[in-house]
Amino acid sequence: MVKKTVEGSFAIAEAIKNCEPDVVACYPITSSSHIAEGLAQFYADGEIKEYIRTEQEFSSISAIVGASAAGSRAVSATSSQGLALMHEVVYAAAGMRVPIVMAIGNRALSAPLNIWDDWQDSIAERDSGWIQIYCENAQEAIDTAPQAFKIAEKVMLPVMFCIDGFYITHSVETFEVPGMEEIRKFLPKFNPKLKLDPKNPVSLGVYAMPTHYQMFREDVHRDAAASLKVVKQVHDQYGKTFGRTYGDGLVEGYKLKDARFILVSMASVCGNIKEAVDALRQKGMKVGLLRIRSYRPFPYGQVAKALAKAKAVAVLEKSYNLGGKHPLYSDVIGSFVDEKKRPVISSIVGGLGGKDVTVRDCEGMLKKLAKGKHFEVWW
Amino acid sequence: MIIPHAKVGSSLKNKTGGWRSQKPIFNPELCKKCGLCQLHCPENCISGVEMDKKVEERSVAKTDYDFCKGCGICAKVCPFGAIKMVEEEK
Ligand code: SF4
Ligand code: SF4
Repeated sequence: MVKKTVEGSFAIAEAIKNCEPDVVACYPITSSSHIAEGLAQFYADGEIKEYIRTEQEFSSISAIVGASAAGSRAVSATSSQGLALMHEVVYAAAGMRVPIVMAIGNRALSAPLNIWDDWQDSIAERDSGWIQIYCENAQEAIDTAPQAFKIAEKVMLPVMFCIDGFYITHSVETFEVPGMEEIRKFLPKFNPKLKLDPKNPVSLGVYAMPTHYQMFREDVHRDAAASLKVVKQVHDQYGKTFGRTYGDGLVEGYKLKDARFILVSMASVCGNIKEAVDALRQKGMKVGLLRIRSYRPFPYGQVAKALAKAKAVAVLEKSYNLGGKHPLYSDVIGSFVDEKKRPVISSIVGGLGGKDVTVRDCEGMLKKLAKGKHFEVWW
Repeated sequence: MIIPHAKVGSSLKNKTGGWRSQKPIFNPELCKKCGLCQLHCPENCISGVEMDKKVEERSVAKTDYDFCKGCGICAKVCPFGAIKMVEEEK
């Protein structure tokens, strides 16, 4: 483990490199460009075996799907329009059960064109069967990279770990990046049972008639939902080896024990919410935060349990469902379908396209939700 | 966990000839054994024109109706009008 003061993206690139990927394929795009650049530098220095400079993102993901199908550990990084361009292959990757990994520097989708942070790019891919982990800070992203490969290769589903663009990708901090030797002990070599191999030829991702197609989707759904256990296990294992944990790996509670009013959110804004919670606690308000780390699979049970004693809850998300109920809000509501009682649950959409959500904003949200009445607002 | 895949040779069991609405008829009298049709057939089901041999040692082109989908590409590319598409009779 080496301590380094660098930009988040470069530290994340180093963590990915230390997972010894066989193939990297990237087309740099703001806000994840520096992850792609960092990986390219490692390739230039001979520390990564293969780096494919593709002409656009559809090719990047296609290349790593092919590499993974041939038995390689394969990875890419992208953002926003790049991920949107990958959309077709995002579904194919999950359906083909190739355990590729992508680092997503979250960024708003056009139009209007915007290069700053929100989650809609990756949230738009939530239904595909990919596992999605949202990291609060770059240290968590560094620690999540080896976990992502391990989870993916265990459940044979692709994983994206998401980091807020600029806030996290471009901030310089001091990080601990686990070394290659250490990661090797945690992350075994990728050795798929079935792969493209001239000695035992197969076609992967073949077509399915109406009699079988739905069965494959059902199978991915079942495995994705069941992977909650693996996401947690791998997180706990990592914690034991490297000494850093993030809640229980699925959700993280902050001052929840006696909290009556809870803000639910994900990713870096949770740092600000924690400060707001501290400030209001000093004034005697029983407030808390529930941070979702594993968005897909969604930990419905854990969320219901964590919020069971609350009087009122609000869900703050940098994502949306225009003309409908917003995604994270819907999932939190969905956590209570089997419960007889549930708190008042309100919805806040904020921070889109890099709109700042300050500590003061978070205090305002907590105060508003502490009034106990239902609301749905854009902050 | 089910990984959607097909073992080698499984396409041999899937006889796509049934999809045909038109059928290519190869006229051996007009075939000059150039091999163009064989090169273009998307089903790779035309055979006979052994390209590694001299023209006089090659056989004329013929197709395997178990797999020919009747796309008509062979008839289009044949420079000698040796292939005619006719309506499939069932
Ligand atoms: S009709 Fe199409 S499939 Fe059939 S032999 Fe000709 S090129 Fe091949
Ligand atoms: S293209 Fe025509 S002439 Fe040439 S091999 Fe085929 S059928 Fe014969």
